[in-house]
Amino acid sequence: MSKIRILIAKPGLDGHDRGAKVVARSLRDAGFEVIYTGLRQTPEAIVATAIQEDVDAIGLSILSGAHGTVFPRVVELLKEKDAKDIVVFGGGVIPEDDIPALYESGVARIFTPGTPTDDVVRFINENIKPKDVA
Amino acid sequence: MDNFCEKIFAGDVRASARLMRLVDDRTAGYEEYMKPVWKRAGRAHIIGITGAPGSGKSTMTDQLITRFRSEGKTVGVVAIDPTSPFSGGAILGDRIRMAGHSTDEGVFIRSVGTRGHLGGLSVSTMDITAVMDAMGKDVIIIETVGVGQDEVEIAMVADTCIVVTVPGMGDDIQAIKAGIFEIADIFIVNKADRDGAERTAGDLEMMLEITPRRSGWKVPVLRTAASSGEGIDEVVSVINAHKAFCGGNIKSARLEDRLLHVAYGVVREKIVREVFSEEKLRSLLREGADPYSAVDRLWHGEARGVGAAE
Repeated sequence: MSKIRILIAKPGLDGHDRGAKVVARSLRDAGFEVIYTGLRQTPEAIVATAIQEDVDAIGLSILSGAHGTVFPRVVELLKEKDAKDIVVFGGGVIPEDDIPALYESGVARIFTPGTPTDDVVRFINENIKPKDVA
Repeated sequence: MDNFCEKIFAGDVRASARLMRLVDDRTAGYEEYMKPVWKRAGRAHIIGITGAPGSGKSTMTDQLITRFRSEGKTVGVVAIDPTSPFSGGAILGDRIRMAGHSTDEGVFIRSVGTRGHLGGLSVSTMDITAVMDAMGKDVIIIETVGVGQDEVEIAMVADTCIVVTVPGMGDDIQAIKAGIFEIADIFIVNKADRDGAERTAGDLEMMLEITPRRSGWKVPVLRTAASSGEGIDEVVSVINAHKAFCGGNIKSARLEDRLLHVAYGVVREKIVREVFSEEKLRSLLREGADPYSAVDRLWHGEARGVGAAE
């Protein structure tokens, strides 16, 4: 009965969230519980939400170019809150050249534009197990 | 285990969130954690908010959180959204309307999928509410899934039950039908800045006039526009009045009813798991047994404890 729970969050100042909604919908259809929090979330709000919701992973969607500061900040806050078991992945308009530094900072996977949503589902199924111990 | 529960009683967010997870997943052994938690429960004031999809429940919840926080109270929220009957997945989006409270440590919001449970709640809702209660939250708001006419389980769980409706949802006959209109301690006509609000409120008031009171509490019909905050102060003062009324009259009886309701839920799960598992029933049905005979055979011990029938 254990179900994977995923927070899909939009940090920064993006004006639309179509991509995030498409991903959320396909994760729903894959049988996951997706918590969606809407636009313009701060890293602090994202991490607080992830902990209250006891999610297994956070998917960050960002289009504005602020990934270089926002993604590592989320990872860092999770460490501070003793929650680094929560996997962080991301997607959006992210240049290839920026990806190694994001992996370096602790982001588990970046999906660039054009990624089939099945790839995201596969990544989750292969890398994330729902938590089932106190 | 004691240590884990102690963390919850001290209000620890990670431990509490994890127990809610174990409860929701029905992970083996979760019951042992819930025993001390239920012993602690019964102190919070539990408010249920129910109504049709899009009637403004989440926005109302957001406004109430703000008001209760300004009174210095800590708040827990259980926000329920539907689970897909096909994939078992869900999009839980009630938090979008409550985003302003996500970094307030006095507020704990939990999103829950119905996971196939009918009645407007999830099977786990009462246990999750009890965890928030044991954490020490002063007020707990349960926002049901968007409901129609018959999802009345919230009345078993909440001390104060609020039914939110909007103008133009139907004629006055809708208001005298059985179902969710019977369970309200407070009616709210939300989006009251729209046409038809007075008519809707009038229909409800007329219905209430011809309904005998169950408890001595006079059910009020309030008008709000939750998105602008209009009328919310009055909602809070009526909630507080109802809380005072409950405390003096029906709180202990309601708590006992609630514990009984939880106990029966546990009974059903235990019997299904240990006597009438899907696997055993399916195998009898596949052999050609009718549903009644299949149940009889399992009840009288055939195949009990030995997996599928011969």
